[in-house]
Amino acid sequence: MSRKMLVIGEARDGALRNVTFEAIAAATKVSDGGEIVGVLCGSENLEEMGQEMVYYGADRVVTVQNNKLTTYTSDGFGQAVMAVIEEEKPEGIIMGHTAIGKDLTPKLASKLETGLISDAVDIEETGENMVFTRPIYSGKAFEKKIITDGLMFATIRPNNIKALNRDDSRSGSVSAKEVDIADLRTIIQDIIRKTSDGVDLSEANIIVAGGRGVKSAEGFKPLEELADVLGAALGASRGACDAEYCDYSLQIGQTGKVVTPDLYIACGISGAIQHLAGMSNSKVIVAINKDPEANIFNVADYGIVGDLFDVVPKLTEQIKEIKVNS
Amino acid sequence: MNIYVLMKRTFDTEEKIVIEDSRIEEEGAEFIINPYDEYAIEEAIQLRDEHGGEVTVVTIGGEDAEKQLRTALAMGADKSVLINTEDDVEEGDQYTTVKILEAFFADKDADLILAGNVAIDEASGQVGPRLAERMDIPYVTTITNIEIDGETVHIERDVEGDVEKIDSSLPLLVTCQQGLNEPRYPSLPGIMKAKKKPLEELELDDLDLEEDDVEMKTKTIEIYLPPEKEAGRVLEGEVEDQVKELVTLLRDEAKVL
Repeated sequence: MSRKMLVIGEARDGALRNVTFEAIAAATKVSDGGEIVGVLCGSENLEEMGQEMVYYGADRVVTVQNNKLTTYTSDGFGQAVMAVIEEEKPEGIIMGHTAIGKDLTPKLASKLETGLISDAVDIEETGENMVFTRPIYSGKAFEKKIITDGLMFATIRPNNIKALNRDDSRSGSVSAKEVDIADLRTIIQDIIRKTSDGVDLSEANIIVAGGRGVKSAEGFKPLEELADVLGAALGASRGACDAEYCDYSLQIGQTGKVVTPDLYIACGISGAIQHLAGMSNSKVIVAINKDPEANIFNVADYGIVGDLFDVVPKLTEQIKEIKVNS
Repeated sequence: MNIYVLMKRTFDTEEKIVIEDSRIEEEGAEFIINPYDEYAIEEAIQLRDEHGGEVTVVTIGGEDAEKQLRTALAMGADKSVLINTEDDVEEGDQYTTVKILEAFFADKDADLILAGNVAIDEASGQVGPRLAERMDIPYVTTITNIEIDGETVHIERDVEGDVEKIDSSLPLLVTCQQGLNEPRYPSLPGIMKAKKKPLEELELDDLDLEEDDVEMKTKTIEIYLPPEKEAGRVLEGEVEDQVKELVTLLRDEAKVL
């Protein structure tokens, strides 16, 4: 049964996030040949980003441009997307499970009185059902869910569902829709950028993470240098956050973020069960720890027993070298 | 100020997950207040101490959740409510939960509702925003600071590492992120006092709800454990050589560089 699908796109620093393309791929799967309509909200011209969504598989894109949509607010984006939903009447909606996705989609689902499957890592058709797989207990277990009533509405975890290949010979309309946005009940006064190079933890392909073993805020320096040469995001264990070596926003684990990068480099992290829950589904794990008995070695693909302050700078140098030579 | 906290009883983070008859085995497991809800309870208590009023902690579940409600009361909450669904709801989802909460809040005059930004078990993070939408009040998720200044509420929220400074107004719903505060441990006098504090128990009937009204929109059809990760190789030799070998392995064997 073909379904008309809506994909809510998301930009960061003026470019679409990769998870938007992954959401188009997910929607294509769920659509079973039905139309894929993208939606984009913002205060700038969204034409070019709309085109990009088409290249990645959207059939057409609706943009809502309004100066109340400069930064995301649940009220502003909620009204804009709801107007598009009311007009398009999709049978399903897919969005990335990002800060904005997590904030916006429950509001929409509640308004539409429909179900919502958050944080799907896989979607497959089994018999008559569209089955969504999602981690529970921070990845200690997984559940398969189906939607029994209402829209096929899901958010997808970044880095898990592969985007379709970009094809700039594809064409589709990008049309602007006027939406009146009523007063916003939450007003953003300021945004303080703390993330350095825009490599977001949840979308990062490589993560370099530090634990109590980094010993101080200063101790994160060598990890930052390694992250820099790898184009990686920086993460931390709860121990490092509690000890105030770094900000809580870096925390990975059962409280904190759950991540699934291609490569996870754990430096001076002992590997408490709560931390493992947040990262053990990473594709390749490297552990660097002084203690050969550390639990982290039980989940690591490759381990180096040694002092991170000795090992990490050498690793940085070595990687620099192969990057130069390749 | 009339402050409410939405609380969930969850598995202790230390627990390993065991599946029996395609369900998660709860027998013998330790349960705690969802860690993010602890931040909500702590913040509610601090705001009450500063601005006056009353903190009511609400949970949906079975008799077993009384223990976590008593803990919240021992921390300093004034009242607690258990919406006991044991007999009426066999399975539910976030739609179910919010239907029930919406009915509960229908005759309440809540100024501020606090919840965890996510529960560490199901981790949907939907309940807060869904409820705010039903109640037609604004919400702010993943907050790391909140100050109430007359009519205005100043909030800081964590957005993937960046900080957004937001102004809003009451009534309001917020969901809490770590970094917001350091939840207190219940004191001995607190535990003694908690025994006498009100713990109201409600059922669907009391909220004028029928089982059909709260029927879920999604269904779990399978629960499984991820394949056990096998321990890999610990490299040997001089650090210099280990590092070289690691980089080669990452590039040629794991193909992640």
